[in-house]
Amino acid sequence: MEVKELICINCPMGCPLTVTMDGEQLTVTGNTCPRGEDYARKEILSPTRIVTSSVRVSGGTIARVSVKTKTDIPKGKIFDVMEEIRAVRVDAPVKMGDVVIADCAGTGVDVIATKSVGRA
Amino acid sequence: MQYHDIVIVGGGPAGLAAAIAARKTGISDILILERDNVLGGILNQCIHNGFGLHTFKEELTGPEYAARYIAQVEEEKIPYRLSTIVADITHDRQVTYINREEGLVTIQAGAVILAMGCRERPRGALNTPGYRPAGIYSAGTAQRLMNIEGYLVGREAVILGSGDIGLIMARRMTLEGAKVKVVAEIMPYSGGLKRNIVQCLDDYGIPLKLSHTVVDIHGKDRLTGVTIAEVDENKNPIPGTEEYYSCDTLLLSVGLIPENELSKGAGISLNRVTSGPNVNDRLETEAEGIYACGNVLHVHDLVDFVSQEAALAGENAAEYVKRKAALAGERNAAETAPAEKNAAAAAESEEDERPGYAEPDRHTIPLVAADGVRYTVPQFLETSGMRDTVTVRFRVADVYKDRYISVYYDDQLISRKKKKVLAPGEMEQVVLTKKSLAGYPHMKRITIRTEVE
Repeated sequence: MEVKELICINCPMGCPLTVTMDGEQLTVTGNTCPRGEDYARKEILSPTRIVTSSVRVSGGTIARVSVKTKTDIPKGKIFDVMEEIRAVRVDAPVKMGDVVIADCAGTGVDVIATKSVGRA
Repeated sequence: MQYHDIVIVGGGPAGLAAAIAARKTGISDILILERDNVLGGILNQCIHNGFGLHTFKEELTGPEYAARYIAQVEEEKIPYRLSTIVADITHDRQVTYINREEGLVTIQAGAVILAMGCRERPRGALNTPGYRPAGIYSAGTAQRLMNIEGYLVGREAVILGSGDIGLIMARRMTLEGAKVKVVAEIMPYSGGLKRNIVQCLDDYGIPLKLSHTVVDIHGKDRLTGVTIAEVDENKNPIPGTEEYYSCDTLLLSVGLIPENELSKGAGISLNRVTSGPNVNDRLETEAEGIYACGNVLHVHDLVDFVSQEAALAGENAAEYVKRKAALAGERNAAETAPAEKNAAAAAESEEDERPGYAEPDRHTIPLVAADGVRYTVPQFLETSGMRDTVTVRFRVADVYKDRYISVYYDDQLISRKKKKVLAPGEMEQVVLTKKSLAGYPHMKRITIRTEVE
């Protein structure tokens, strides 16, 4: 039996979680809402993160447009995603929600703009 | 002189939420004054996710959160002026602002909402020795340079202070290819949210050194390194614990200070602990008709609570304006004198016009923070105009485990709630109900304290 301590990051409460692993069997305690249990399971079995960054804009009112992965991606893919984000450049105007990179780094997840940038 | 029912100073999250709430309460003549050339305030540079979990039940980035409020302001056609600096606010609500198009303008406001936000504590406040080389930034400045202006501020960084912006920037710089060597925190606990420690430091293997601080800064033109040492319980560096870190960048995330120069100018006294105005349960400052909300009132961790607080200030300011108009209307109807005389009388009787406050049963109860509670917002409760519930927000002085948060009406325990962990970095709240006050007509004080058992 293995015991792991985690801090739930779903919300700012930051509940201290204890995950007890008995073979395939996971038991989660310390959570104050169902999301805590989901988080613990996921964090142990297949941790994921939303990646946020910014991308160069040509001809915009500001130099960079903020972006995010539309949904969470496997934690191990963060730097692969960042490599693609760093390489890309977009032209103004950009609208919030626009797809900046489709299927980023083979995750199947798009990188989308999180703000609108008008033409300078 | 131009007149507007409600003038809001600041178009960040607090100002936007206040404006929308005031409009929904039925005031149409609102003006937002914003210093930057866009609305949204600091959210524009907070490109990370985690905003709006409480308000929208989804996880947004800062710009997305701001966009939701900006869209409502546009929809409601609430007027705003950008690139406009407010130079002065008087006790009787004259607001003077400056911009390129209009020059210097003074307007009379029916009510004013202070929503100026806060600024970062600078290096000068820390007394760190060493030269002043390039490469030392406050974390928020570095955030702006990276996320909006597009500069990588450095390649090897050390971060002093574990405030949330510092933690967020540790991750941000790492993602952009910089090496963040260490985060040093002088206190024995982090000043940031737990989730940020997990997501921004632990995920990337960045060490957090508690009870450590920067004792020397090296380099003359450009930063070349810093010396970090452990501190004792009096925060004095312990000789022999010094460690040198080579770096070209030092980020400071050492606290935020509400930006209250304008409030002071209006003759509003500031609370020593929060550095924000003292307010009653309607978030009204000592100056009648001037309300405060968001980070100018006290520094928040979560924008969701800023929006909530600001909406309350917006509603209350709107109610104040409406009640004042109703009172003036009643008087005009009652008097037979010519209109001009009425106006003069109205001006004279200004003092008696505190709507909701002039009632004979007015009863002001101070809220007292004690035993590990550092402050409360609001600082006063006015029972006459009190809503059904009042949310009291506060911070604790230290990290506490297994303590109660207790509310006392005079010496009578009213409620207690057990908390597994309390930390200064996480704002707490209790809710007082109007109903519960009914049995205490002569109450002298309400005390909020932590208790061990």
